[in-house]
Amino acid sequence: MTAASASPRTDEPFALSRAGGNLLALTHIYTSTLVLGIGALFGLLQGFSRASLITMPPEFDYYRMLTAHGVLMALVFTTFFITGLFTYAVYETIPRVRSLALGWTGYCVMLVGTVLTTVVILQGDASVLYTFYAPLKASPLFYLGATLLVLGTWCVAFDLIFNVIWFKRANPAKRIPLPAFLAVTTMIMWIIATLGVVAEMLLLLPWSLGWTPGIDVELTRMLFWYFGHPLVYFWIMGAYTIWYTLVPTTFKGKIFSDALTRVAFVMLLLLSTPVGLHHQYLDPGVSAGWKWMHTVLTYGVVIPSFMTAFAIFACFEIAAKRAGKRGFLATVRWLPWKNPVFAGPACGMLLFIPGGFGGIVNNSYSMDVLVHNTMWIVGHFHITVGGPVALTFIGASYGLIPALSGRKLFAPKLALIQVYTFFVGMTIMATAMHWAGLLGSPRRTSDVSYMGAQGAATWHPEMLWAAFGGTLVALSILMFIIVATGTYVANERPEVPPTFEFAPTDEDAMETPAVLDRLGRWAVIALVLAILAYAGPVSGEIHAHAYLVPGMRTW
Amino acid sequence: MHVHRSERLWIFFGVAMLAVFLGMITTAAVVDGLVPPSRVQTIDPTKVSQTPPFDHPGLHKIADNVYEAYYVAHIFSFTPASIEIPAGARVTFYVTSADVEHGFSIPETGVNTMVTPGWVSSVSHTFTTPGTFLLICNEYCGSGHQLMAAKVVVK
Repeated sequence: MTAASASPRTDEPFALSRAGGNLLALTHIYTSTLVLGIGALFGLLQGFSRASLITMPPEFDYYRMLTAHGVLMALVFTTFFITGLFTYAVYETIPRVRSLALGWTGYCVMLVGTVLTTVVILQGDASVLYTFYAPLKASPLFYLGATLLVLGTWCVAFDLIFNVIWFKRANPAKRIPLPAFLAVTTMIMWIIATLGVVAEMLLLLPWSLGWTPGIDVELTRMLFWYFGHPLVYFWIMGAYTIWYTLVPTTFKGKIFSDALTRVAFVMLLLLSTPVGLHHQYLDPGVSAGWKWMHTVLTYGVVIPSFMTAFAIFACFEIAAKRAGKRGFLATVRWLPWKNPVFAGPACGMLLFIPGGFGGIVNNSYSMDVLVHNTMWIVGHFHITVGGPVALTFIGASYGLIPALSGRKLFAPKLALIQVYTFFVGMTIMATAMHWAGLLGSPRRTSDVSYMGAQGAATWHPEMLWAAFGGTLVALSILMFIIVATGTYVANERPEVPPTFEFAPTDEDAMETPAVLDRLGRWAVIALVLAILAYAGPVSGEIHAHAYLVPGMRTW
Repeated sequence: MHVHRSERLWIFFGVAMLAVFLGMITTAAVVDGLVPPSRVQTIDPTKVSQTPPFDHPGLHKIADNVYEAYYVAHIFSFTPASIEIPAGARVTFYVTSADVEHGFSIPETGVNTMVTPGWVSSVSHTFTTPGTFLLICNEYCGSGHQLMAAKVVVK
């Protein structure tokens, strides 16, 4: 990937470092593409296995594949894409003069962590699923690999944060460019959130090495979900960054409001972390009062999503009006549905409407009893991270890969077919999963026939539908891999290099208050909120003097 | 900072909707006691088989149509494997794990809780309709997880 000559702006003084940044971002994005392909293959096998269409051989048993699918999709694919996107967002909008060393170090550490974790899982030494709930005891190398992945993202985060700090020092009167602001706000949230999982690893690593006799299971669960929910918002903030700043480019639209975009992201920074107990509503050992507290806080984090919905649709409408289109249908028809860079994120937005409301159901305290650990939850995260987030990232890749590599997109028609195949497939699969969940079908189970038990039989047709939808999704991801690889291999470099620029802000938008840019201050408030929300449950856990559990390997 | 009028309306509508939802579930929690299973009681997970009442897991009749059922979850089964109760019985389940994290769920009833080693989970349910209910582990616990099931027979 010799992107050094591919920068669209060779006339600028920072061209060389920008081109270097392009190569770094492109490497992240291609890595995420590869991981998505592998993860999709494993997902397809699981779908077929659960629908009783195939039986997995013992060396690729269901739970090993499920662990690999979950880790690769939820933790690796998303993370590499987001770090790549944000590297682009910062390097593109803040001309950098300093070294790329920290950025590349971050990438390499993430990659080493990923390879280590994946190898350990495929060897069968870590069939603990992506939540690695203790006291299931995986190989220490699994925990080490996952920790390295996180530490690598911290390097990337600090690289981006330092750049923004230098920019602010050099230009105290200027606002941080919006894409860089969104990137850094998300990475600050990510650092605060991953403190939880790193703390958990500090308990799990010595325990898996046999240095400590037992583990406080409930404490590890709390630390995991302290990280596990903001992980979701990490994906969403990555997707929102694209919706706000890149999608408008596809129809020459403008960002609805610079200030409100920042307000939404500051709210997401503050409220993403203190909500994790809503994943533990059914846990013994956590009092009902704290669970209710987290219900309220989780409702709070819905508000920036409402604001985002408004801003995106307003952006569509204003751009259509400027083009002389009025009314709902005229606006919808006017939008560039034949451009995969628009169609991907736009189909993602459509999926996020039921996905978001499903999330409100899951968060609704006692209502969680009906869906907890059922296929409904699997349907929910496929129609959120698997749909809107993945489709947005894929769609954006069709813009980013050409812009970062200077190459023409290979087979753009295939890219368009890919987007709609994915959309239809995921809709079918996620609907079937939700329905199976309402009928009581459990998640994370290789075979749900229960020796022909009554009731279990009603789940089977839904699993067939899910396998059908999943096949469409897997096929579409194959198309995506063909387009992404083809773009590289065909190596067609047009005279005018392709660009994928961040949209300008609407000139009618108001002045952005300076306080929004005080990210250090917001970070401190976010940390205090997280501590307040967790001080009670964690101290309750410690005061309960829970027994330490020795742990075992049950696979 | 100026916010567009229609956006204010939209946010007001969103917040009002969330407030209604929160009001409903809070009312249900306070008035009807509809709270997620949240028992805080510890037990030594390495000595479950010696700790009463889990040294004798099974069904205990407390009064007419009032039962307590003590379950031990272990890889990859529940003890007891089957219980029989009359229709209309209210059963309070107490469950603990002897090894790893398990789930305890009777699909299509409100019975659903995590089972964490070191803790006792509790959930109650009134079985009104006769039939054989499937009781399953709904949290991954190892290679035989898909086999981990028991029966609740309502006569």
